[in-house]
Amino acid sequence: MLASSSLPLLPKDLASDCEVRWCPGCGDFSILAQMKKVLSVLGLPRERMVFVSGLGCAGRFPYYLNTYGFQTIHGRAVAVATGLKLARPELLVWVITGDGDGLSAGGNHLLHAMRRNVDIKVILINNEVLGRSKGQSSPTSRVGTRTKSNPLGTFDTPLRPLSVALAAEATFVARTVDVDIDHLGETLLRAARHRGAAFVEIYQNCNVFNPDVFAYASDKAVKFDNVVYVEHGKPMIFGKDRDRGVRLNGLTLEVVSRSQVASSELLLHDETLAEPILAHLLARMTYQPDDPTSMPEVMGVLRAVERPPHHDQVEAHQTGCDPSEVDLAAFYATGETWTYEENEPPGNQLP
Amino acid sequence: MAERPLLREQTTGPQQTTSPEMRSSLTIRLAGDAGDSIQLMGQRLAHSAALQGHTIYTLPDFPSEIRAPVGSLPGVFGYLIVIDSDAAPIPGDGTDVLLAMNPAALKVHLAELMPGGLLLVDRDAFTIDNLLSAGYLSDPLNDASLADYRVCKVAITSTSREALEPFKLFRAEADRCKSLFALGLLCRLFDCSPQPTMGWLSAKFAKKPEVFQANQRAIEAGYRYGDSSEMVSAIALLGRYRIARARVVPGRYRQVSGHEAIALALITAATRSRRRLVYAAHPLPTAGELLHRLAELQRWAGCIFQAEDEAAAVGAAVGAAFGGCLGVTASSGNGLVRKSDAIGLAVITELPLVVVAVQHAGPSVGLSTKPEQSDLLLSLFGRNGECPTVVMAVSSPADGFTMTLEACRIALKYMTPVILLTDASLIHAAETWRIPEISTLPRLDAPLTTGPNSSVGEQGVSTPRSSSLTFSPTIAQGESVFLPYRRDQRLVRSWAVPGTPGLEHRLGGLEKEDETGHVSYDPRNHERMVGLRATKIARIADDLPPLEVNGPTQGDVLLVGWGGTIGPLRLAADRLRSRGFSVAHAHLRYLNPLPTNTPDVLRRYRTVLVAELNQGQLAWLLRGAFLIDCISFIKMQGKPLSIREIEQQVEQLLGLSTQVTG
Repeated sequence: MLASSSLPLLPKDLASDCEVRWCPGCGDFSILAQMKKVLSVLGLPRERMVFVSGLGCAGRFPYYLNTYGFQTIHGRAVAVATGLKLARPELLVWVITGDGDGLSAGGNHLLHAMRRNVDIKVILINNEVLGRSKGQSSPTSRVGTRTKSNPLGTFDTPLRPLSVALAAEATFVARTVDVDIDHLGETLLRAARHRGAAFVEIYQNCNVFNPDVFAYASDKAVKFDNVVYVEHGKPMIFGKDRDRGVRLNGLTLEVVSRSQVASSELLLHDETLAEPILAHLLARMTYQPDDPTSMPEVMGVLRAVERPPHHDQVEAHQTGCDPSEVDLAAFYATGETWTYEENEPPGNQLP
Repeated sequence: MAERPLLREQTTGPQQTTSPEMRSSLTIRLAGDAGDSIQLMGQRLAHSAALQGHTIYTLPDFPSEIRAPVGSLPGVFGYLIVIDSDAAPIPGDGTDVLLAMNPAALKVHLAELMPGGLLLVDRDAFTIDNLLSAGYLSDPLNDASLADYRVCKVAITSTSREALEPFKLFRAEADRCKSLFALGLLCRLFDCSPQPTMGWLSAKFAKKPEVFQANQRAIEAGYRYGDSSEMVSAIALLGRYRIARARVVPGRYRQVSGHEAIALALITAATRSRRRLVYAAHPLPTAGELLHRLAELQRWAGCIFQAEDEAAAVGAAVGAAFGGCLGVTASSGNGLVRKSDAIGLAVITELPLVVVAVQHAGPSVGLSTKPEQSDLLLSLFGRNGECPTVVMAVSSPADGFTMTLEACRIALKYMTPVILLTDASLIHAAETWRIPEISTLPRLDAPLTTGPNSSVGEQGVSTPRSSSLTFSPTIAQGESVFLPYRRDQRLVRSWAVPGTPGLEHRLGGLEKEDETGHVSYDPRNHERMVGLRATKIARIADDLPPLEVNGPTQGDVLLVGWGGTIGPLRLAADRLRSRGFSVAHAHLRYLNPLPTNTPDVLRRYRTVLVAELNQGQLAWLLRGAFLIDCISFIKMQGKPLSIREIEQQVEQLLGLSTQVTG
C-alpha cells in the first residue's frame, strides 16, 4: 500500500492489492492493463490520479488501481468527479462508466460535464448490455438484442454514445475497442492529455451476457472491412486491402471503391473543426451485417478541439479568496450595521 | 405642500384615548401590488426602527405568481414587520397595524388584523376597477365591514403625486414614489427617523440625483403628512402606539435573513476550518435564495456551483469533500429526497457533508413556499439501509448562523453528513443579529491525514477481519500502512485526500471491510460496520449542549418543540406562567442524536406536549426513543403556530377549558 510514489512508475506499480473479480474473458481486463500502461507514461505521481466510477461492472475499476479511487452510486460518478475537480483542479480525474451507468441514470450529468468542459476523462465501456445486474437491455442495446428484460428482442432505439457527447458540446470524442490494445492505449493516452472533458467509448465484449456483439469490429479476420481507423489530416480509407474509402456526397457519407474514385475525392479527416458537423456524420456511421454496401464504423479521435476547461472558467469568474485570508470582521460589516449601546440611542452606521 | 383635508368622517371606529399606548411589541403588515415596492418600504421601516433601539423581525409574503395582474388577489405582496423590545423579536398572533395599498391587499390580509387594530388604506386605490379585481361587490371603506377596526383613510397616491408635481415626472414614475410617501408617514406614526432611508437612497442613486431628490421629497411629504393637523387629530382620535426600547446586549448589530445567516456561517466555517467551501446546489424555490446570496458574496466564498439537478449538486459536494473541501449543498422539499442516495454514500464513505434542507408543505411539490416541519423523519430515516446522519434544526433567522457553524463543526470533526433543517418561512424572515466577536467563534478543526496511521502486526490490523490485508503479498510485517477506515477513540476515520503521497486508497458505496476499506461481503463484518457507524453518530451526543428548559425544572406541562416554532411556544409558556401555571418550554436544536439529558427532562413533567407543524413526527420519535408518552399538537396549514392556540391547548390539558381552536 505504501509503495513509493516516486517516478518513473511501472504498470505493475499501479496494481492495487485487491483481487480483480471480473468474469474470465471480460474485456475490462484489457482496458485495465492498457490503463496502467498509459498512467505509467504520463509523468504524474500516483497520488495525483483519481478514478471515479458508478455502478455496474465498470464500477469496480477504481478498486484495482493503486491510485486514489471512489466508486460512487448509480449514474453519479460524473457529478462526484465534477465536485472533486472543483475542489482540486490539479488532479487527473478519470470517470469509468458503462452504457448502463453512464447513459441511464447518469445521462444528465454526462451532458452537463461535456458542455461545461469539466477536465475529466470519461471512459464509457460499452457492451450494449447491463452486466452487473445480470443481463438486461441497456440504452445502447441494438434493436433485436434478446435479453432477460426483452426475451423477444429489444425494440427501443439505442443511443449512440458518441452522438450524445457531440450534441453536448464535448471537446474530445473518441472510440476504440477493448482487444485492439495498441489503439486502445493510444486513445486513452490522448484522452489523458486533452485539457478539458474527454469522452472515450470503448467497445467491450461481455462474453457472458452479450458475447461477440462487437466481433465485426474486433475480430482481426473481418474488422478491417467493417471499421475505419481515422487519423487527423488523412483520407478515410479502409478494407483489408485498403481498397475502399469514404466520400462526402452532399449531406451524406458514402463508401466508394478506390479503384473507381480518385484519392483526392476521399474525405480527409479533420478532428479540429470548430463546427462538429463532420464528427456528427462519423459518429452515425453504422455497420450493417449482411449488407455489402454497409458503412464501416469509426475508430479513433472524431473531435479534439480546445475550449477553456470548467475549472479555468470558475477561476476566472469566481475570485473567492483563500479561506485563511478572509477577514471575518470586515466581512460581517458589509451592509448596514448599527450599534446598540447601554441606555443611549443607537447611532446610525451607514456604510 | 398642498395637503388634502382629512375630514372627520373619514376616520371611523371605536373612540380611543389620546395618550399613546405603550407596547412591548408591535406587528405591522404592509401589503400592496408587487409594483408598490412593499419590500423596500418594509426593509427601510425595519431598519429605521432598529436604529431607534428596537429589535426587529421581518417576513416577506411573496405573491404566488411571478407576474400576476395589477390589483389582483394573486398579485398581493405582503411584508410583515415586528418592532420589538425583546432580544428575540417574535410576531404576534395577528397584526396590530395593516397598511393596504389597494383593495386586493385589504382583502388578502384583513383577516390577520386584530380586532381594534389600526387599518391604514390608500383610499385613492379604491377605484371601481380595483374593487372588482379584488372581488369586492361593495366598497368596504363605505360599508360596515370594517367596523371592528380603527380605519384611517389616507389619500396616498394623490397626495404623493401633488408633492412631486415640481419634478414634472411621468405619472408612472411619480406613482413609484408613493411607497416612499407611505414610508415617511409610517416613520412619523411609529417614531422612526426617515433620515437613514434618505442616506440609503442618496447612496443608491448617487449617479441619478434627480431620482434621489424625487424620492426624498416623497418621504418628506409623507413624514410631514403625519404631522399635519388633520392626521394628528385623526390619529389622536384613533389612538397611537409607542414601543419600548429593546433590552439587548450592547454591541454591533445588523439584520440578517435566514438565508443570509446561513451564507455568512458557511463562509465563516470555511475560514475557521481552513477548508475551502464548495457550495453546490440546484436552485429550487426557497433554497435558491441561499445560492443567490452566496453568489453575491462570491469574493468571500470559495466556489459556488450551480448543478444541473439535485443529485448532481449533492454528488459534487461529496466529490469536493473527498477532495478535502467543505462540501455543502442545499435543497427544499422534495429536493431532499433526490439527495438521499448520495447522502447514503457520504454515510458509508464517512465523508463530511452539510445538507441544508428547507422544509415546505408537501407531499411532492405541495405548497412550495409555505413552511412545515414534515421532513424530520425523512432526514432521520429517509435512506436505504441503516444510514445514520446527524440532524439539527434552525429555530430563528439569526440562529441559522449558529446552527450552520455547528453543522460544519460536527460534519468536519466526526466525518459525517449533517442535515440542517430550516423552513420556507425561516429562510426568508430576517431579524436583528449581533455581530459576533471573532474570538468567540468556535474553532473548527479539520485536520487532513498526511501519513500512515498503522503498522502491520499491531493489534487490530492483522486480525482476521482485515483478511485481505493480512494475505496481501506486498506488505511485510511491521510495515507502516494507511488504513482509511482505521478509527480514533471517537470512532472517526482519517480524512486523507487525493494528492497526498502514500495514502492512495479507494472509497465506495459497497460495504467495506473494517479498517482497510476493501469491498467486503463478510456477514459479520457488515454487522460490525453497521454498529460502528451507528455508535459513532450516537456518541456525538456527548459533544452537544444539554437540552435547556425555560421555566420550572419540573411541573405540570412541558411544551416541546423544534425548529421555527420557538417564538410562539416560548411566548405561550411565558404567558401561562405569568397566569400562575406550571408550564415550561424546551426546544430541541439537535434531533439526531438527541441531547443526552432529553429523557430526564421529559420525565420531570406530568404532561409533555409536543407541538409541531406536521402530523406528530417528533412526538413519534420521542415516544419511540424513550417510552415517554407525549401529547401531540399538530398544525398543517402552511402557517406558524399561534400563541393563543398553544395556550388553549395547555388550558385544556390543565382542565381549564374545553375549547380548542387550531
